[in-house]
Amino acid sequence: MPGFSLTLGTCLLFVCLIILLPLSGLFWQMSQLGLADYFSIITSDRTLAAFRVTITAAAFATIFNAVFGLLLAYVLVRYSFPGKRLLDALVDLPFALPTAVAGIALVALYDKNGWVGVLLEAANLKVAYTWWGIALAMMFTSVPFGVRTVQPVLESLQPDTEEAARTLGARDWQVFRHIVFPQVWPSFITGASLAFARSLGEFGAVIFIAGNMPFKTEIASLLIMIRLEEYDYPAASAIAGTILLIALAVLVAANIAQARATRHLHKGSA
Amino acid sequence: MSLQIREISKYYGSNLVLDAVSLDFKPGEFIALLGPSGSGKTTLLRTIAGLQFAEGGSLLFDGEDITGLDARKRRFGMVFQNYALFEHMTVADNVAFGLKVRDRKSRPSSGEIAKRVENLLEMAQISHLADRYPGQLSGGQRQRVALTRALAIEPRLLLLDEPFSALDARVRKDLRASLRSLQRQVGVGAILVTHDQEEAFELADRIAVMADGRIEQFDTPANLLKNPSSPFVAEFLEGSEAYNHSGAGI
Amino acid sequence: MTVSTSRPAITNPKVLALFRKQARKRALLIAIAITFALIVMALPVIAIFTRAFAEGLAIYWSNIIMPETLHAIWLTVLTALIVLPINLAFGIAASWAIVHYRFPGRRALQTIIELPFSISPIVAGLCYLLIYGSMGLVGSWLDGFDIQLMFNLTGIVLVSLFVTCPFVARELIPLMEIAGQDQEEAALTLGATGWQTFLHVTLPKIKWALLYGAILANARVIGEFGAVSVVSGNIRGETMTLPLQVQLLYDDYNATGAFAAATVLTVIAVITLVLRSAIEARHPHGH
Repeated sequence: MPGFSLTLGTCLLFVCLIILLPLSGLFWQMSQLGLADYFSIITSDRTLAAFRVTITAAAFATIFNAVFGLLLAYVLVRYSFPGKRLLDALVDLPFALPTAVAGIALVALYDKNGWVGVLLEAANLKVAYTWWGIALAMMFTSVPFGVRTVQPVLESLQPDTEEAARTLGARDWQVFRHIVFPQVWPSFITGASLAFARSLGEFGAVIFIAGNMPFKTEIASLLIMIRLEEYDYPAASAIAGTILLIALAVLVAANIAQARATRHLHKGSA
Repeated sequence: MSLQIREISKYYGSNLVLDAVSLDFKPGEFIALLGPSGSGKTTLLRTIAGLQFAEGGSLLFDGEDITGLDARKRRFGMVFQNYALFEHMTVADNVAFGLKVRDRKSRPSSGEIAKRVENLLEMAQISHLADRYPGQLSGGQRQRVALTRALAIEPRLLLLDEPFSALDARVRKDLRASLRSLQRQVGVGAILVTHDQEEAFELADRIAVMADGRIEQFDTPANLLKNPSSPFVAEFLEGSEAYNHSGAGI
Repeated sequence: MTVSTSRPAITNPKVLALFRKQARKRALLIAIAITFALIVMALPVIAIFTRAFAEGLAIYWSNIIMPETLHAIWLTVLTALIVLPINLAFGIAASWAIVHYRFPGRRALQTIIELPFSISPIVAGLCYLLIYGSMGLVGSWLDGFDIQLMFNLTGIVLVSLFVTCPFVARELIPLMEIAGQDQEEAALTLGATGWQTFLHVTLPKIKWALLYGAILANARVIGEFGAVSVVSGNIRGETMTLPLQVQLLYDDYNATGAFAAATVLTVIAVITLVLRSAIEARHPHGH
């Protein structure tokens, strides 16, 4: 095949200039920082509060999406009903819709004058400008991960194991719990970890509805932005590097968990 | 424990695939549904299992109408063509499944389940495979696990959908004998779907020859050969006569 | 050979009762899924349009043709026009190299190309400032030649390239791997040059996947907010892309203007989804 040096050369040049060099910038900046300085930035009350808000809201959004994503994928794969194609297309909306647009749309719905906000106000609940608003925005932007990772696996399941379980006396939920769920579990973890990584770093959709009060509703991404505007690059890098490492750690852990879960499957099966 | 099939008719779209099929089984009997592919035998078996429902007719089990009974309540053990083993569970967990999913009232204790699984595995001579996963088993071993799993629920009837079709000839012979002896030992009636005449003649007490969604003839192997009711049956069984005369019968 | 007649309805009451029970379960699950999708995903889109048109069509239109908003639209389109061709070229080159050759670091290269998906946009933007900013390693050196990369169109283009670089390659690689290289080899033995082989043999095979990747990358370029926000410098009427303009208007208490600008982005998003499912329906490639 011709074109080896051309294609690989183009590819490497691009990868170095666009991906590797900028990433190395972050680690260079972090390495300029002493370990003591790094820890004093990371463990300052405001940073810790931002991490806590970001991680807890991301975790909530992830769990919620993992469950509903699975349900949505199951309904899309197993049932046919009017509007199914529309529903299927709608799942990708959060990927296609710019995050800033999602952000102002959520505020429009959930602040005290919004359609949902009015109802919540009547029930004495507040979502906009609280932790719940942050979780909601993260939920919106990560819906597709939960659905799209599980969907192809559900499609590929053979119906006979589920039928076998039924003839052995299993109820519908037992078939799901013991037969369907274990088979989608590896992709379920993958989807959840991607959703979590995305939620950790989400910015555009969150800042409009977050309220952005330091210590209360300030997410890590916003704190990075604030430090940048103060030209405090070391602090911005320390926070960014930590968020990046957490995200990568979660993805690696998910990969390991997935490998463990699949080790019995497809091993010389007939 | 006997099954009666009354005028079962089943359609796929507008195609009639079972045409008012009626059959009576005696308790403990081993029946083969024999016919070419597309004759409706698997559809009939799946209807008996409660995995499909017929447009017309009814199923009676010990006099009870089970036509609309959920598959999970029929307690008919079924062995699927590709065994449908639960790949993410060990052999022991596969066999224990039917006991573990029972309602709290009728579920044996976990110790009792383990004991029963152990006995079943021993009876099927696969105790040494208890902790393996299905992916690590040979075809013949997989089939034995599927059969043991079906027997674990103390089935009222055993349904076998082409259980030998995925195996090579040598293993097939071995497993036939052990299937028959296990079935006798447990004393449960069995319905075997097959397109292989040799298999049907070796295993079954009576054979229902099917074609185009109808029962052409239902009789003992000997009678089928002696008095075929139609030219189709005679032609279809031509090969088996030679086999039977060679003395390789049951 | 089956007899064809009209199919009678099931009449057995117990079977019907069982079917009804199953239908109820199914209806419940479908209802939950649709409710969730409507509240979480459809409602926000409806809200955008309602708010944008809340003060009438005339106000909406005047918001769209505001010079700043028009400039933002132009800048966004310009960015996409620059980023997409580079992105396609990179995606094709990367897939060609990864599929057709075995070289050390091939797996690592694949992982690196996917990396931008797991990096938060703000972190990406920060990385660019640290390297290409005037205080950065490369940026300070370029400063000596009076070249500035950040806080202008170049910066916006660079981060857009970063966030979208996986889209094309991840569509092409699996497709090209399945298709193999027999046809390319045949063309080469018939005397075609490498370029001719690519144009006449490979390109026709991958054109739908290419389009698919390009559509998704385009949506991301147009909508990118966090990364662009860091490197654009947020200069009014100059380096504001449309998503940044949405934020600016919103923070200026011109909510209607912000929602009007948002409708433009939403329409692009909806077109993206329609094209996406049209391609998917015609050329399913099983993700």
